[in-house]
Amino acid sequence: MSELIREDGRKFDELRPIKIEAGVLERADGSAYLEVGGNKILVAVYGPRESYIRRLLEPNTGVIRCRYNMAPFSVDDRKRPGPDRRSSEISKITADALRPALMLESYPRSMVDVYIEVIEAEGGTRCAGITAASVALVDAGVPMRDIVVGCAAGKVSDEIVLDLSEVEDKEGQADVPIAIMPRTGEITLLQSDGNLTEEEFQKAIDLAMEGCMKVSELQKEALMKKYSVE
Amino acid sequence: MIYVENKELVIPGQILAEDECYPGRGTFKDNNRICSSLIGLVSLRNKKIRVIPLKSKYIPKKGDVVIGKISDVRFSMWDVDINSPYSGILSAFEALGRDKKDLNRVFDVGDVLFLRIIDVDEVKKAKLGLKGRGMGKFKGGIIVEISPTKVPRLIGKKGSMINMIKNKTNCKIVVGQNGLVWVKGNEDMEQLTREVIHVIEKEAHTSGLTNKIKNKLCLAIDGELPVDESEEEFIFEKPKLQNFKEEIEQEEREEAARLKKEQEEENDDKNNLYEVIEELKKNKEEENSSQSDDSEDDSNV
Amino acid sequence: MDVVPEITRESIRNLIINGKREDGRLLDEYRDISIETDVISKAEGSARVKIGGTQVLVGVKPQIGSPFPDTPDLGVLMTNCEMLPMADPTFEPGPPGEDSIELARVVDRGIRESELVDLDKLCIEEGKHVWMLFIDLHIIDNCGNLFDAAELAVMSALKSTKLPTATVVDEEVVLDEENLFELPVNNDVAMCTFVKIGGEMVLDPSLSEERVADARLNVGVTRDGKICAMQKGGAEPLTKDDLFAAVNIAVSKTKELVEYL
Repeated sequence: MSELIREDGRKFDELRPIKIEAGVLERADGSAYLEVGGNKILVAVYGPRESYIRRLLEPNTGVIRCRYNMAPFSVDDRKRPGPDRRSSEISKITADALRPALMLESYPRSMVDVYIEVIEAEGGTRCAGITAASVALVDAGVPMRDIVVGCAAGKVSDEIVLDLSEVEDKEGQADVPIAIMPRTGEITLLQSDGNLTEEEFQKAIDLAMEGCMKVSELQKEALMKKYSVE
Repeated sequence: MIYVENKELVIPGQILAEDECYPGRGTFKDNNRICSSLIGLVSLRNKKIRVIPLKSKYIPKKGDVVIGKISDVRFSMWDVDINSPYSGILSAFEALGRDKKDLNRVFDVGDVLFLRIIDVDEVKKAKLGLKGRGMGKFKGGIIVEISPTKVPRLIGKKGSMINMIKNKTNCKIVVGQNGLVWVKGNEDMEQLTREVIHVIEKEAHTSGLTNKIKNKLCLAIDGELPVDESEEEFIFEKPKLQNFKEEIEQEEREEAARLKKEQEEENDDKNNLYEVIEELKKNKEEENSSQSDDSEDDSNV
Repeated sequence: MDVVPEITRESIRNLIINGKREDGRLLDEYRDISIETDVISKAEGSARVKIGGTQVLVGVKPQIGSPFPDTPDLGVLMTNCEMLPMADPTFEPGPPGEDSIELARVVDRGIRESELVDLDKLCIEEGKHVWMLFIDLHIIDNCGNLFDAAELAVMSALKSTKLPTATVVDEEVVLDEENLFELPVNNDVAMCTFVKIGGEMVLDPSLSEERVADARLNVGVTRDGKICAMQKGGAEPLTKDDLFAAVNIAVSKTKELVEYL
């Protein structure tokens, strides 16, 4: 692999600096705060709880609902508050990414609400949101098979690189965000946006999975830090 | 192969053991591996591996005693919020027998009751009853909320923690398995009790907690530390609520005496009504116990 | 579904009648307050304020727009508030509801009526181009008294706001991102919120106090002691004495609050 140095000085397989904190809110059942590069993400989890939206509930298990939302001040040009098509799609795929890990069979007809707030966005918010949401779910005491973690790889200047920044995302040729369950390596989220050869795609997935494993360690550290004594 | 130690903090997906162990609560099997499904502390006993959650929502279980608040009054039943994803119902028959009454004159929205779960249906709705001593509406006091998983710690081994708090603060304390705690005593003691209950909740997984709480209470109440006693062991076992029984009986006797006195002094409507309920409850109890009941009311969890 | 237990209502009331509170505060005492500014680098001004467990985030984003016809030489302030569903189990997703709009408007009134932002300095070309400042309030954790936290947050965010220099060249507005100027803020304002419980006016209500309160009163006061915004809320009436007592406390408490700014 080349000695490519990226616009922010990172190596091709280097993540941006990450900070994760569990249990940052009082009212929510579970919460987490995550910074990666210039992204700042806050997640709150409520539930399992009763829901008035009966049609969403299932008789034999609990269900998850996600809401991904960007603050108006999170981007350079103020974003109008409220949902748009992009955030609706991300909300859906985030729920899909987290669902395989949840073990809500003992909570039939209940709802777990995950609220992801992008306080500041700098590329890769969906993966950051999923990573933070998993920590918040654990913090809420929701039973899970694994702690889902997200990370993206992509193609910039014909090179496959890890964890695209905002600039790289805009100028790059491809972006492949994934989420995995790290114990088994199963993939729970995959999107791909841009042009890749089959070989490049494989490389991107391998790199993104490596990235996920690194972030996974930080998730665990954050939880241990919050709850271990002395 | 066991990868963790007793009382170790683990997180979801963490591999706890391979073969040689049985998966208990809070764990699941992934081929031959046993993994944690929760954030919690490992309990290893006789090759059985469990994870005791740090936090969880209360799921109604038949036989549990809970504290609930009336959230709605309907034609022949009350809806009861039992601090759970699932709500409870108290039927008029359970509270009043065959007697017909205006339900909201018996228990109204916002009333807080000590109840027993008599059954849980297939959608987890809890059917509630008042059968058992000390059950019924609370008068006065405060409600403190903790995570239901911390209830055993608050009670302590054979009630060591809760009895110590009761003794020091002179408060009456009733703990519902759904994480709601009723405390009644001197106004300042109620607040002090609230404070220490929250400390217990927060530090439930630390050792020597009973002594720490005792010291805190002694400092606050007597202004000095107590004479040193032996450290207490960490508790995993779900304690029996046996210790409640005497306490509750005592309370009920006091309450009945107080009510009687009050009633003599002023023939207040409300008190009358309360008496009626008490009366009805007693009748019902007698009725039940004469039917050679299967279990002792308050004795077990 | 969220019914306040009757005994909780009684116990809070009884405490307050005896001059006490659940968390041990005096009736006219604030919880711990902390303010951080410049917490969002993509916003031109920002702040995060905590009062006890209550947390509020504010970002200020400018846009160039047209002035209102009746004030052709003045910039525009727009305050918007999102009570995020993450902040409280009873908050629902969706467009701002009545409470959210009331909060935004009361906070806005404090800023607007105290005239602390020099709106004429936000004029780029009279009648054509002015700065419009979008003040977005994000409520992230509701442990009671959102009003005072929100007012402090908006105030702090405005005081940290820096805008690019704007000039008009050939009818076009040109921004110089290299040369930033601080938003001209020439006064401070703080809000003191009271609830009436058991006949007493209680400052900085906690969540449980808010839930058992008979009525609410917000008093916005400037650094120099002028009352610039008020709002009465809640189901029960207030007396003249309640008002005067609250205003008296608010005027003196504001001196403490503005020290945080």
